[in-house]
Amino acid sequence: MTPISRLGSGLRAALAAAALMATGLVGPAAEAAVFNPETFTLANGMQVVVVPNHRMPVVTHMVWYKVGAADEGDGESGIAHFLEHLMFKGTENFPAGVFSQTVARNGGRENAFTSSDYTGYHQTVAKDRLELVMRMEADRMTHLILNEEQVAPERQVVLEERRMRTESDPGALLGEYIDAALFLNYPYRRPVIGWEHEIRALSLERIMAFYKKWYAPNNAILVVAGDMTAAELKPLAEKYYGVIPRGPDMERLRPQEPEQRAPRRVVFKDDRVRQPQWGRVYLAPSYFFGDTSQVYALEVLGDVLGSGATSRFYRHFVIEGQKAVSAGVYYSGRAVGPARFGLYVAPRPGVTLAETETAVDALLADAVTGGITAEEVERAKDRIIASAVYARDSLGGGARALGAALAIGLAVEDVEEWPERIRAVTTEQVNAALKAVLDPGRSVTSELLPTDSADGKV
Amino acid sequence: MAGAISMRWFGRLLLLIVGLLALGPRPASAIDIQRVSSAGGVEAWLIEDHTNPIIAVNFAFRGGSALDPAGKEGLADMVSGLLDEGGGPLDSMAFQRKLEDLAVTLRFEAGRDTFGGRLATLTENRDAAFDLLRLALTEPRFDAEPVERIRGQILSNLRSQTEDPDTLARQALFAELFPAHPYGRRPDGTEETVNAITAEDLRGFAARRLARDNLVIGVVGDISSGELVQALDQAFGKLPERAASWRLEATAPRAANTVTVVKKAFPQSAIVFAQRGLMRDDPDYYAAYVLNHILGGGGFTSRLYTEVRDKRGLAYSVYSALVPMDFAGLMLGAAGTRNDRAAETVKVIQDEWRRMATEGPTAEELEDAKLYLTGSFPLQFSSSDRIGGILTAIQLDDLGIDYLDKRNALIEAVTLEDARRVARTLLDPAGLGFVVVGQPAGIETGG
Repeated sequence: MTPISRLGSGLRAALAAAALMATGLVGPAAEAAVFNPETFTLANGMQVVVVPNHRMPVVTHMVWYKVGAADEGDGESGIAHFLEHLMFKGTENFPAGVFSQTVARNGGRENAFTSSDYTGYHQTVAKDRLELVMRMEADRMTHLILNEEQVAPERQVVLEERRMRTESDPGALLGEYIDAALFLNYPYRRPVIGWEHEIRALSLERIMAFYKKWYAPNNAILVVAGDMTAAELKPLAEKYYGVIPRGPDMERLRPQEPEQRAPRRVVFKDDRVRQPQWGRVYLAPSYFFGDTSQVYALEVLGDVLGSGATSRFYRHFVIEGQKAVSAGVYYSGRAVGPARFGLYVAPRPGVTLAETETAVDALLADAVTGGITAEEVERAKDRIIASAVYARDSLGGGARALGAALAIGLAVEDVEEWPERIRAVTTEQVNAALKAVLDPGRSVTSELLPTDSADGKV
Repeated sequence: MAGAISMRWFGRLLLLIVGLLALGPRPASAIDIQRVSSAGGVEAWLIEDHTNPIIAVNFAFRGGSALDPAGKEGLADMVSGLLDEGGGPLDSMAFQRKLEDLAVTLRFEAGRDTFGGRLATLTENRDAAFDLLRLALTEPRFDAEPVERIRGQILSNLRSQTEDPDTLARQALFAELFPAHPYGRRPDGTEETVNAITAEDLRGFAARRLARDNLVIGVVGDISSGELVQALDQAFGKLPERAASWRLEATAPRAANTVTVVKKAFPQSAIVFAQRGLMRDDPDYYAAYVLNHILGGGGFTSRLYTEVRDKRGLAYSVYSALVPMDFAGLMLGAAGTRNDRAAETVKVIQDEWRRMATEGPTAEELEDAKLYLTGSFPLQFSSSDRIGGILTAIQLDDLGIDYLDKRNALIEAVTLEDARRVARTLLDPAGLGFVVVGQPAGIETGG
């Protein structure tokens, strides 16, 4: 029962969700498909995906709801995540504790997660236990029962989770302040776990209203990965999920981001900081925001600039310049709203954040002027495409990548053709994306410092 | 030479599960473990799987950070960060570039008892990947630039850890449990000891600790036993035959029902607790394993989860675990809780410990635990890398190549009498010590 970090795990498997910039290019596929899934849709609108993996007679069963923290209303931050916790509190058919006890008695593992854009529930079981978990998961899609006696202790659990993940980590606290500064209006400005005072105030009525509004088969995706085919799954999916009445058509009506023109700076000093860190994050195109045609080029660009030991950032700051302990760049376009193109450098002792920032700006200016080279682009593309082969190997990898992609509105083809689309990226596109994304007016620069440090530009 | 022993364990395992739960049969897929020996005398366990063009190699050398010389604590950890930073003719940048261009993953990790590594490669790059592994293991360069760079990264981590609640709690706990044994030291060292490590120390470690007689290997994926015979000699054949001899004394953790408070201005108290445990080869290990699952094991059903989290909302995470190390057995656990209720959390854990020691589990709890532990066993086999790790762990613990066949029967064999007896003999409320890091209200250091 954990919120997913929106920056992702760095796993390329997860980034394998891809694309809107379909070029309509047909012909002999240059790259193999990634997961070879089968799909169908139930009469009530629920999408179903089967990801074959026959290594063991085991399946991972996931239900993804197209609702996350960015769909919460004003004053109710954390409600999507709180509801995810409360989904384990029982229904009439499977009262409190019975769900988890039944999964455990059948040798199953389970958990759930919440992100800004989706909420997911999953169990991994022996194949012949699939029907059992489908029955229970389908049941709690519409039959959750909650009372104050259950909500009260679980609220304390969520507050402890916030203390553990956020309050106990100055870097995580800074991340909240950066998001609040980067997104002027888009709801990604709120933390997934919620602000403490709002978690405390969430009422049972409001939580149930949120549940009734968003949890319905036509707003959900069923993903089953493992020793399974669509032909085997279909009768079960129809039996358990197909009978749930369709809800109203859901649309995500989120506040949109206005044009941004002002560079922002967040300086956070905390007694617990022992390694200062400089960062900058630019508002960037995603698969659904801004110039969506640049998403693939940005993925390649992020790799060239700051992923791995031979990337420009690591080489320049950590190896050659010997000015930093670590340095890198991150980007993922996998979001309903705007994406983040982020840079970070953790300087070595004796190097100030001001010097660091000057050096980053020089490196970026040099990249813009001199350009990213064709060789850098080709190497990055090879690495990214190879990662798709590894992504096939694990039981859960394909289920997570496809579930996340469909939950934000992508199609199965966008995942399967992702290697081809990465292959099609040109050096010119990478350089154009570089120039476009480095817009100071759409950026937040951050400094994480010890309390007694004089190194900051407050 | 290759493929002497082979077994189809999974079919039998399935029979066991199906027999228990009687929900109907299904076709059994099989996993064959082959014992492969090279001409040069390197042995590996192999599971062939040609579904994807991927090979995963997992390996470990016996002897880990507990062997770091006094004053050089952190040596094994530092070596683990440097073996992929240049080998043979390739300097750090050339080596890293090659790994990236071949899409090869190569990682090393030091534990208290082992020095481990893993390699993952696409089939098409197999030879080049095994060659990079050979260079890393047998011709590491330890050039000045990467040595100082990795040292700087370790020192940065050590500084950050001085403000990390969980790390501080664990360090304090191990120091209390093992005041006179290397297990009580910090595996990644201190600023002073990491600064004291020289390139000579690093080279000495590689030359003395990495050898064929303390090595175990698990391989999974798109490679035949014949191909693996060649690859084993290519990657590991040039290692020295014997590691330098070493000896550690078996020890018992110091057990006392003390509470130690480390005052830090943190918003949450990190609580860790431990008592003496069992060694992996103890005849009561499986009874203790099942017992721990009921008390504080994984999932959302244990007594600690129910009492600490579900009923009272005291913590997001609470668990206990058996930690059988090579030279000492531990049972330990952890929880993170708000400062003003830390005392209550400690008391609930102590009460549950005492209740279990006195009453033992119920028949229903035992049955449920066995159903979970046997039924969930196949779920661990979720990726080539994970399976390779399991093959390596079985060898390190000397469980036998038929362990996967036997494992669920060992769990099944635990009777209620066993579980209750082990609850009485193992669980020791008077020897359960706590460390609390934070600003816990109403708790002071004391017995």
